[in-house]
Amino acid sequence: MDFLPLFQRLEATTIGTVVRESLWMFPVIECVHLLALALLGGAVLLVDLRLLGFGLVNQPVDLLARKADPWLLVAWIAIIFTGIPMFLSEATKCYYSPPFFCKIGLLAIASIYTFTYRRRVTRKLAHGRAPLTACTSMALWLGVGFAGRWIAFY
Amino acid sequence: MQLSVLIQWLDATPGSVALRESILVYPLVETAHVLTLCLFLGMIVLLDLRLLGFGFQSVPVSEVAGRLLPIGLTGFVLMAISGALLFYSGPVRAYGNIFFRIKMALIILTGINALVFHYTIYKRVASWDRDPIPPLRARLAGLFSLLLWSAVVICGRMQAYNWFEKTPGA
Repeated sequence: MDFLPLFQRLEATTIGTVVRESLWMFPVIECVHLLALALLGGAVLLVDLRLLGFGLVNQPVDLLARKADPWLLVAWIAIIFTGIPMFLSEATKCYYSPPFFCKIGLLAIASIYTFTYRRRVTRKLAHGRAPLTACTSMALWLGVGFAGRWIAFY
Repeated sequence: MQLSVLIQWLDATPGSVALRESILVYPLVETAHVLTLCLFLGMIVLLDLRLLGFGFQSVPVSEVAGRLLPIGLTGFVLMAISGALLFYSGPVRAYGNIFFRIKMALIILTGINALVFHYTIYKRVASWDRDPIPPLRARLAGLFSLLLWSAVVICGRMQAYNWFEKTPGA
């Protein structure tokens, strides 16, 4: 099955058209996307680094995770809702971009991993190997960010 | 010597030309610059949220600052190095870009904000370390930091759009 017609239809949606034809909307949405990235990165790193023995080491992991997770969720929602209009505005370009598909795949894996397994490990509901969980989490999110930036290049 | 002459000389150096024409290294440097944002600004935002009384209220301010700032500063060094390389890849273009100039000015302001915070209200942190909502001057420092760094990121991103650039020869 060829997904190109689907991507073309997505690009032709109202939101896609409005963002594409505007001079300033894409850059403004992109800025919010980046600021949300900083918050997401901060919330993820705070807990992952704690699992590795860096940062707020005097705080219990589960307490720290409970405090960081709402910020992580806010940032995640902001990133998704700024990412969608940017994608719609150039869906056909994304169709031909290998980094785009890498990013979406990694994003799905990273999100599921973060909101299920990592969540249970940090809340001590599962006996996961903490350093391995932290490294997996950071590697996945780094991959998402890396692939995301390379959509602009390939 | 005029600054613009120095910028033009730098732009013509072999390293600068090689960097901006490279297919792999330039994107890698740019990616590093964007992603270390998480390490640097991520930590700064967490401290700012604590200073504003919006989050991590049970953790003493001195603990948040003492433990997270070293990590954030590591991120800052990486951002400064990758940023310097990005500047080196196109000094003339950056120098003539209004967003680049605003960004540099804003970074100086963030430094002033941090120094003022550090040498005034933070000197007395022992007296408000565990307050869920820190004193006004600390909250203001957190607010200015959030606003200024956000503006730095916005200017950095906007620098890629050459809306106000003078076309060569025009």
